[in-house]
Amino acid sequence: MDPIRPAADGAPFSEGASAAPDLAELLKASGRGDRAAFARLYDATASRVVGLAVRVVRDPAQAEEVAQEAFLEIWRTSGRFDPAKGSPLGWLLTIVHRKAVDRVRSAEASTRRDTTYHSQNQPVDHDSTAEAAQASLEARRVRQALSGLTPVQREALELAYFGGYTHTEVATMLELPVGTAKTRIRDGLIRLRDTMGVGA
Amino acid sequence: MSDIHALSGAYAVDALDDIERARFERHLAECATCRGEVDSLRDAAGLLAETTAITPSPGLRDRVLADIAHVRPLPPVVGREEPRRRRRVVALLTAVAAVIVIGVGGVVWQQGRDERSPDQFSQIAAADDAQSFTVPVGDGGSATVVVSQHENKAYIETKGMPAAPSGHQYVLWLQHDDVMVPAGVMPAGADNKVLLSGDAASANGAGVTVETAGEEPTKPSDDVVALFSFDT
Repeated sequence: MDPIRPAADGAPFSEGASAAPDLAELLKASGRGDRAAFARLYDATASRVVGLAVRVVRDPAQAEEVAQEAFLEIWRTSGRFDPAKGSPLGWLLTIVHRKAVDRVRSAEASTRRDTTYHSQNQPVDHDSTAEAAQASLEARRVRQALSGLTPVQREALELAYFGGYTHTEVATMLELPVGTAKTRIRDGLIRLRDTMGVGA
Repeated sequence: MSDIHALSGAYAVDALDDIERARFERHLAECATCRGEVDSLRDAAGLLAETTAITPSPGLRDRVLADIAHVRPLPPVVGREEPRRRRRVVALLTAVAAVIVIGVGGVVWQQGRDERSPDQFSQIAAADDAQSFTVPVGDGGSATVVVSQHENKAYIETKGMPAAPSGHQYVLWLQHDDVMVPAGVMPAGADNKVLLSGDAASANGAGVTVETAGEEPTKPSDDVVALFSFDT
Protein backbone atom coordinates (compact mmCIF):
# COMPACT_ATOMS: atom_id res chain seq x y z
CA MET A 1 0.00 0.00 0.00
CA ASP A 2 1.23 3.41 -0.87
CA PRO A 3 2.31 4.75 2.49
CA ILE A 4 1.15 8.27 1.80
CA ARG A 5 -2.27 7.52 0.42
CA PRO A 6 -4.95 9.01 2.67
CA ALA A 7 -6.14 6.50 5.19
CA ALA A 8 -9.64 5.18 4.92
CA ASP A 9 -11.75 7.65 6.77
CA GLY A 10 -9.82 8.43 9.88
CA ALA A 11 -8.73 4.92 10.72
CA PRO A 12 -6.25 5.31 13.52
CA PHE A 13 -2.69 4.22 13.12
CA SER A 14 -3.08 3.02 9.61
CA GLU A 15 0.42 4.36 9.35
CA GLY A 16 2.53 1.45 10.44
CA ALA A 17 5.93 2.09 11.94
CA SER A 18 7.66 1.22 8.71
CA ALA A 19 5.21 2.87 6.35
CA ALA A 20 4.83 6.15 8.24
CA PRO A 21 4.69 9.19 6.00
CA ASP A 22 7.45 11.70 6.54
CA LEU A 23 5.61 14.26 8.62
CA ALA A 24 8.43 16.79 8.34
CA GLU A 25 8.19 16.66 4.55
CA LEU A 26 4.42 16.98 4.71
CA LEU A 27 4.75 20.03 6.95
CA LYS A 28 7.26 21.60 4.63
CA ALA A 29 4.98 21.04 1.64
CA SER A 30 2.03 22.39 3.61
CA GLY A 31 4.01 25.54 4.31
CA ARG A 32 4.20 26.04 0.55
CA GLY A 33 0.42 25.78 0.35
CA ASP A 34 0.16 22.12 -0.66
CA ARG A 35 -3.29 21.14 0.56
CA ALA A 36 -2.97 17.54 -0.53
CA ALA A 37 0.12 17.21 1.63
CA PHE A 38 -1.80 18.69 4.52
CA ALA A 39 -4.61 16.19 3.97
CA ARG A 40 -2.06 13.40 4.31
CA LEU A 41 -0.71 15.05 7.42
CA TYR A 42 -4.23 15.14 8.79
CA ASP A 43 -4.76 11.46 8.07
CA ALA A 44 -1.53 10.55 9.77
CA THR A 45 -2.14 12.58 12.93
CA ALA A 46 -5.88 13.18 13.41
CA SER A 47 -6.46 10.24 15.75
CA ARG A 48 -3.84 11.53 18.16
CA VAL A 49 -4.82 15.18 17.78
CA VAL A 50 -8.50 14.53 18.45
CA GLY A 51 -7.76 11.97 21.15
CA LEU A 52 -5.60 14.43 23.04
CA ALA A 53 -8.17 17.21 22.68
CA VAL A 54 -10.94 14.94 23.98
CA ARG A 55 -8.83 13.79 26.88
CA VAL A 56 -8.08 17.34 28.00
CA VAL A 57 -11.30 19.14 27.07
CA ARG A 58 -13.58 16.14 27.78
CA ASP A 59 -16.62 17.46 26.00
CA PRO A 60 -16.42 15.77 22.57
CA ALA A 61 -18.03 18.62 20.64
CA GLN A 62 -15.74 21.22 22.16
CA ALA A 63 -12.78 18.95 21.69
CA GLU A 64 -13.48 18.75 17.99
CA GLU A 65 -13.62 22.52 17.80
CA VAL A 66 -10.25 22.66 19.50
CA ALA A 67 -8.85 20.09 17.09
CA GLN A 68 -10.21 22.02 14.13
CA GLU A 69 -8.67 25.27 15.35
CA ALA A 70 -5.42 23.51 16.03
CA PHE A 71 -5.25 22.05 12.54
CA LEU A 72 -5.86 25.46 11.05
CA GLU A 73 -3.03 26.86 13.09
CA ILE A 74 -0.77 23.98 12.17
CA TRP A 75 -1.48 24.76 8.54
CA ARG A 76 -0.73 28.45 9.02
CA THR A 77 2.51 27.89 10.85
CA SER A 78 3.64 24.75 9.03
CA GLY A 79 6.37 26.62 7.19
CA ARG A 80 7.92 27.54 10.50
CA PHE A 81 8.40 24.05 11.83
CA ASP A 82 12.09 23.58 12.60
CA PRO A 83 13.19 19.93 12.58
CA ALA A 84 16.26 20.88 14.61
CA LYS A 85 14.01 21.57 17.55
CA GLY A 86 12.07 18.35 17.81
CA SER A 87 9.82 15.90 16.05
CA PRO A 88 7.01 17.07 13.77
CA LEU A 89 4.46 15.16 15.82
CA GLY A 90 5.74 16.68 19.05
CA TRP A 91 5.55 20.12 17.48
CA LEU A 92 1.98 19.82 16.32
CA LEU A 93 0.78 18.15 19.49
CA THR A 94 2.26 21.08 21.41
CA ILE A 95 -0.08 23.36 19.48
CA VAL A 96 -3.05 21.08 20.12
CA HIS A 97 -2.28 20.74 23.80
CA ARG A 98 -1.89 24.46 24.32
CA LYS A 99 -5.23 25.14 22.66
CA ALA A 100 -6.95 22.44 24.67
CA VAL A 101 -5.54 23.77 27.92
CA ASP A 102 -6.51 27.32 27.01
CA ARG A 103 -10.01 26.07 26.31
CA VAL A 104 -10.48 24.40 29.68
CA ARG A 105 -8.91 27.27 31.57
CA SER A 106 -10.95 29.97 29.87
CA ALA A 107 -14.10 27.93 30.33
CA GLU A 108 -13.26 27.74 34.00
CA ALA A 109 -12.75 31.42 34.43
CA SER A 110 -16.55 31.62 34.50
CA THR A 111 -17.62 28.20 35.67
CA ARG A 112 -15.47 25.66 37.36
CA ARG A 113 -15.08 22.41 35.57
CA ASP A 114 -18.45 20.74 35.40
CA THR A 115 -18.06 18.64 32.34
CA THR A 116 -17.21 15.39 33.99
CA TYR A 117 -20.80 14.41 34.48
CA HIS A 118 -21.70 15.88 31.14
CA SER A 119 -19.06 14.07 29.15
CA GLN A 120 -19.51 10.84 30.98
CA ASN A 121 -23.13 10.90 30.06
CA GLN A 122 -22.78 12.11 26.55
CA PRO A 123 -22.48 9.44 23.94
CA VAL A 124 -19.25 9.76 22.02
CA ASP A 125 -20.47 10.04 18.48
CA HIS A 126 -17.66 8.10 16.92
CA ASP A 127 -16.86 4.49 17.51
CA SER A 128 -15.03 4.28 20.67
CA THR A 129 -11.76 3.80 20.63
CA ALA A 130 -9.91 2.79 23.64
CA GLU A 131 -9.37 -0.34 21.59
CA ALA A 132 -7.81 1.65 18.81
CA ALA A 133 -5.27 3.11 21.16
CA GLN A 134 -4.69 -0.21 22.85
CA ALA A 135 -3.98 -1.78 19.53
CA SER A 136 -1.23 0.63 18.68
CA LEU A 137 2.20 -0.75 19.18
CA GLU A 138 3.53 2.68 19.98
CA ALA A 139 0.85 3.18 22.60
CA ARG A 140 1.90 -0.03 24.24
CA ARG A 141 5.51 1.10 24.31
CA VAL A 142 4.51 4.42 25.87
CA ARG A 143 2.40 2.68 28.49
CA GLN A 144 5.30 0.47 29.33
CA ALA A 145 7.60 3.47 29.61
CA LEU A 146 5.04 5.20 31.82
CA SER A 147 5.02 2.25 34.14
CA GLY A 148 8.70 2.96 34.70
CA LEU A 149 7.85 6.28 36.31
CA THR A 150 7.27 6.38 40.01
CA PRO A 151 3.55 6.51 40.81
CA VAL A 152 3.90 10.05 42.15
CA GLN A 153 5.68 11.22 39.01
CA ARG A 154 3.00 9.70 36.81
CA GLU A 155 0.22 11.19 38.89
CA ALA A 156 1.66 14.71 38.71
CA LEU A 157 2.46 14.42 35.02
CA GLU A 158 -1.00 13.14 34.10
CA LEU A 159 -2.79 15.81 36.12
CA ALA A 160 -0.73 18.45 34.36
CA TYR A 161 -0.83 17.05 30.84
CA PHE A 162 -4.25 15.45 30.64
CA GLY A 163 -5.93 17.45 33.39
CA GLY A 164 -4.65 20.78 32.13
CA TYR A 165 -3.81 21.93 35.65
CA THR A 166 -0.92 24.21 36.49
CA HIS A 167 1.88 22.77 38.59
CA THR A 168 0.72 24.98 41.46
CA GLU A 169 -2.76 23.51 41.20
CA VAL A 170 -1.31 20.02 40.96
CA ALA A 171 0.68 20.65 44.12
CA THR A 172 -2.45 21.80 45.92
CA MET A 173 -4.48 18.83 44.68
CA LEU A 174 -1.83 16.39 45.81
CA GLU A 175 -1.16 18.32 49.01
CA LEU A 176 2.45 18.87 48.08
CA PRO A 177 4.70 21.84 48.75
CA VAL A 178 4.54 24.14 45.71
CA GLY A 179 7.99 23.35 44.40
CA THR A 180 7.41 19.61 44.43
CA ALA A 181 4.90 19.15 41.64
CA LYS A 182 7.01 20.91 39.02
CA THR A 183 9.94 18.71 39.95
CA ARG A 184 7.88 15.55 39.63
CA ILE A 185 6.51 16.66 36.28
CA ARG A 186 10.00 17.37 35.01
CA ASP A 187 11.52 14.19 36.41
CA GLY A 188 8.69 12.12 34.96
CA LEU A 189 9.10 13.67 31.52
CA ILE A 190 12.85 13.15 31.60
CA ARG A 191 12.39 9.51 32.46
CA LEU A 192 9.78 9.06 29.76
CA ARG A 193 12.04 10.80 27.25
CA ASP A 194 15.05 8.69 28.13
CA THR A 195 13.12 5.44 28.15
CA MET A 196 11.59 6.15 24.77
CA GLY A 197 14.75 7.64 23.34
CA VAL A 198 13.14 10.77 21.95
CA GLY A 199 14.36 14.33 21.75
CA ALA A 200 17.99 13.32 21.55
CA MET B 1 11.07 29.81 43.15
CA SER B 2 14.66 30.78 42.57
CA ASP B 3 15.58 27.82 40.37
CA ILE B 4 13.79 28.80 37.23
CA HIS B 5 15.37 25.95 35.26
CA ALA B 6 13.19 23.53 37.16
CA LEU B 7 10.12 24.95 35.41
CA SER B 8 11.13 23.39 32.08
CA GLY B 9 8.93 20.34 32.55
CA ALA B 10 5.89 22.29 33.68
CA TYR B 11 6.43 24.65 30.74
CA ALA B 12 6.63 21.75 28.30
CA VAL B 13 3.21 20.52 29.39
CA ASP B 14 1.60 23.99 29.61
CA ALA B 15 1.39 23.76 33.39
CA LEU B 16 2.43 27.36 34.08
CA ASP B 17 0.09 30.25 34.67
CA ASP B 18 0.41 33.27 32.39
CA ILE B 19 2.85 35.10 34.61
CA GLU B 20 5.15 32.17 35.14
CA ARG B 21 5.04 31.43 31.45
CA ALA B 22 6.02 34.97 30.48
CA ARG B 23 8.82 34.84 32.99
CA PHE B 24 10.07 31.48 31.85
CA GLU B 25 9.96 32.51 28.20
CA ARG B 26 12.20 35.45 29.01
CA HIS B 27 14.52 33.01 30.66
CA LEU B 28 14.36 30.65 27.66
CA ALA B 29 15.56 33.39 25.37
CA GLU B 30 18.75 33.54 27.42
CA CYS B 31 19.26 29.88 28.32
CA ALA B 32 20.26 27.41 25.61
CA THR B 33 20.23 24.53 28.08
CA CYS B 34 16.59 25.11 28.93
CA ARG B 35 15.66 25.55 25.28
CA GLY B 36 17.15 22.18 24.46
CA GLU B 37 15.51 20.58 27.44
CA VAL B 38 12.09 22.05 26.66
CA ASP B 39 12.32 20.82 23.08
CA SER B 40 13.09 17.30 24.19
CA LEU B 41 10.50 17.26 26.96
CA ARG B 42 7.82 18.43 24.55
CA ASP B 43 8.58 15.49 22.35
CA ALA B 44 8.31 13.26 25.38
CA ALA B 45 5.00 14.84 26.40
CA GLY B 46 3.63 14.29 22.91
CA LEU B 47 4.13 10.58 23.40
CA LEU B 48 1.37 10.63 25.99
CA ALA B 49 -1.07 11.37 23.18
CA GLU B 50 -0.29 7.92 21.79
CA THR B 51 -2.26 6.46 24.64
CA THR B 52 -5.42 8.46 24.00
CA ALA B 53 -5.82 8.18 20.25
CA ILE B 54 -9.36 7.84 18.99
CA THR B 55 -11.10 7.76 15.65
CA PRO B 56 -12.17 11.27 14.72
CA SER B 57 -15.65 11.84 13.39
CA PRO B 58 -15.65 11.74 9.60
CA GLY B 59 -16.92 15.30 9.27
CA LEU B 60 -13.88 16.81 10.91
CA ARG B 61 -11.58 16.06 8.00
CA ASP B 62 -13.87 17.91 5.59
CA ARG B 63 -14.16 20.90 7.91
CA VAL B 64 -10.41 21.13 8.38
CA LEU B 65 -9.71 20.89 4.68
CA ALA B 66 -12.39 23.50 3.98
CA ASP B 67 -10.79 25.80 6.57
CA ILE B 68 -7.33 25.70 5.09
CA ALA B 69 -8.59 26.47 1.62
CA HIS B 70 -9.18 30.04 2.79
CA VAL B 71 -5.99 30.63 4.72
CA ARG B 72 -2.51 31.30 3.47
CA PRO B 73 0.34 29.68 5.41
CA LEU B 74 2.59 32.18 7.11
CA PRO B 75 5.89 32.91 5.47
CA PRO B 76 8.93 31.32 7.07
CA VAL B 77 10.93 33.33 9.55
CA VAL B 78 13.80 34.72 7.54
CA GLY B 79 16.99 35.49 9.34
CA ARG B 80 18.10 39.05 8.97
CA GLU B 81 17.84 39.76 12.64
CA GLU B 82 20.75 39.60 14.98
CA PRO B 83 21.25 36.05 16.26
CA ARG B 84 19.91 36.43 19.75
CA ARG B 85 16.71 38.01 18.66
CA ARG B 86 16.21 35.29 16.12
CA ARG B 87 16.77 32.57 18.66
CA ARG B 88 14.14 34.15 20.76
CA VAL B 89 11.70 34.07 17.89
CA VAL B 90 12.43 30.45 17.21
CA ALA B 91 12.32 29.51 20.86
CA LEU B 92 8.94 31.07 21.27
CA LEU B 93 7.58 29.81 18.05
CA THR B 94 6.36 26.44 19.09
CA ALA B 95 5.14 27.68 22.41
CA VAL B 96 3.20 30.65 21.32
CA ALA B 97 2.55 30.02 17.69
CA ALA B 98 -0.95 31.21 18.39
CA VAL B 99 0.30 34.58 19.51
CA ILE B 100 2.41 34.97 16.43
CA VAL B 101 -0.61 34.11 14.36
CA ILE B 102 -2.50 36.91 16.02
CA GLY B 103 0.33 39.30 15.34
CA VAL B 104 0.26 38.54 11.67
CA GLY B 105 -3.27 37.52 10.93
CA GLY B 106 -5.36 38.17 13.97
CA VAL B 107 -8.10 35.78 13.03
CA VAL B 108 -7.65 32.46 14.61
CA TRP B 109 -7.48 32.96 18.29
CA GLN B 110 -7.84 36.11 20.22
CA GLN B 111 -9.37 35.62 23.59
CA GLY B 112 -7.75 36.73 26.77
CA ARG B 113 -4.25 37.16 25.48
CA ASP B 114 -3.80 40.79 26.29
CA GLU B 115 -1.14 40.44 28.95
CA ARG B 116 1.75 39.43 26.81
CA SER B 117 3.80 42.55 27.11
CA PRO B 118 5.64 43.07 30.36
CA ASP B 119 3.45 44.93 32.81
CA GLN B 120 3.84 45.69 36.46
CA PHE B 121 2.63 42.23 37.39
CA SER B 122 4.97 40.31 35.18
CA GLN B 123 7.74 42.64 36.29
CA ILE B 124 7.19 41.55 39.86
CA ALA B 125 6.86 37.92 38.89
CA ALA B 126 10.02 38.11 36.82
CA ALA B 127 12.13 39.54 39.64
CA ASP B 128 14.93 37.25 40.69
CA ASP B 129 13.66 37.08 44.23
CA ALA B 130 9.98 36.72 43.35
CA GLN B 131 8.06 34.30 45.53
CA SER B 132 4.62 32.99 44.85
CA PHE B 133 2.13 31.64 47.39
CA THR B 134 -1.17 30.05 46.50
CA VAL B 135 -4.04 29.10 48.75
CA PRO B 136 -7.39 27.61 47.81
CA VAL B 137 -10.44 29.85 48.28
CA GLY B 138 -14.12 29.02 48.09
CA ASP B 139 -15.14 26.01 46.09
CA GLY B 140 -12.27 25.27 43.75
CA GLY B 141 -10.95 28.82 43.49
CA SER B 142 -7.48 30.02 44.33
CA ALA B 143 -5.66 33.14 45.43
CA THR B 144 -2.00 33.68 44.67
CA VAL B 145 0.22 36.36 46.09
CA VAL B 146 3.43 37.12 44.26
CA VAL B 147 5.93 39.26 46.14
CA SER B 148 9.34 40.65 45.32
CA GLN B 149 11.31 42.37 48.04
CA HIS B 150 13.67 43.69 45.45
CA GLU B 151 10.84 45.42 43.59
CA ASN B 152 9.19 46.23 46.89
CA LYS B 153 5.91 45.18 45.38
CA ALA B 154 3.36 42.45 45.70
CA TYR B 155 0.21 41.58 43.90
CA ILE B 156 -2.62 39.15 44.36
CA GLU B 157 -4.29 37.12 41.67
CA THR B 158 -7.59 35.40 42.29
CA LYS B 159 -9.24 32.73 40.23
CA GLY B 160 -12.77 31.56 40.86
CA MET B 161 -13.05 33.61 44.03
CA PRO B 162 -16.61 33.54 45.42
CA ALA B 163 -18.29 36.91 45.72
CA ALA B 164 -18.11 38.62 49.10
CA PRO B 165 -21.35 38.36 51.09
CA SER B 166 -23.93 41.03 50.30
CA GLY B 167 -22.96 44.40 51.80
CA HIS B 168 -19.36 43.30 52.21
CA GLN B 169 -16.09 43.53 50.36
CA TYR B 170 -12.71 41.87 50.42
CA VAL B 171 -9.91 43.91 51.91
CA LEU B 172 -6.23 43.18 51.37
CA TRP B 173 -3.59 43.34 54.08
CA LEU B 174 0.15 43.22 54.37
CA GLN B 175 1.47 41.80 57.58
CA HIS B 176 4.43 43.40 59.31
CA ASP B 177 5.35 41.17 62.21
CA ASP B 178 2.15 41.15 64.22
CA VAL B 179 0.58 44.20 62.65
CA MET B 180 -1.78 43.98 59.69
CA VAL B 181 -1.65 47.06 57.48
CA PRO B 182 -4.43 47.69 54.96
CA ALA B 183 -3.20 47.21 51.40
CA GLY B 184 -6.27 48.04 49.36
CA VAL B 185 -9.70 46.75 48.42
CA MET B 186 -10.27 43.86 46.07
CA PRO B 187 -12.48 44.80 43.13
CA ALA B 188 -15.62 42.74 42.61
CA GLY B 189 -15.31 39.70 40.40
CA ALA B 190 -14.06 36.15 40.64
CA ASP B 191 -10.86 36.69 38.67
CA ASN B 192 -8.74 39.65 39.65
CA LYS B 193 -5.19 40.77 39.65
CA VAL B 194 -4.35 43.77 41.81
CA LEU B 195 -1.30 45.32 43.40
CA LEU B 196 -1.09 45.41 47.15
CA SER B 197 -0.34 48.93 48.25
CA GLY B 198 2.25 49.46 50.91
CA ASP B 199 5.70 48.32 51.83
CA ALA B 200 5.93 44.82 50.43
CA ALA B 201 9.66 44.49 50.99
CA SER B 202 9.40 44.49 54.75
CA ALA B 203 6.17 42.50 54.94
CA ASN B 204 6.27 38.95 56.15
CA GLY B 205 2.80 38.02 55.08
CA ALA B 206 -0.44 39.05 53.41
CA GLY B 207 -4.09 38.36 53.93
CA VAL B 208 -7.61 38.82 52.62
CA THR B 209 -10.54 39.48 54.92
CA VAL B 210 -14.24 40.17 54.58
CA GLU B 211 -15.14 43.69 55.69
CA THR B 212 -18.23 45.88 55.56
CA ALA B 213 -18.55 47.44 52.13
CA GLY B 214 -17.47 51.04 51.81
CA GLU B 215 -15.51 51.14 55.02
CA GLU B 216 -11.77 51.48 55.38
CA PRO B 217 -10.91 49.38 58.39
CA THR B 218 -7.61 49.82 60.17
CA LYS B 219 -7.78 46.40 61.75
CA PRO B 220 -8.83 43.22 60.00
CA SER B 221 -12.03 41.44 60.98
CA ASP B 222 -11.93 37.86 62.13
CA ASP B 223 -13.40 36.74 58.84
CA VAL B 224 -10.14 35.76 57.16
CA VAL B 225 -10.50 34.35 53.67
CA ALA B 226 -6.86 33.79 52.85
CA LEU B 227 -3.53 34.11 54.64
CA PHE B 228 -0.10 34.04 53.08
CA SER B 229 3.11 33.69 55.02
CA PHE B 230 6.17 34.96 53.19
CA ASP B 231 8.54 33.07 55.46
CA THR B 232 9.97 30.13 53.62
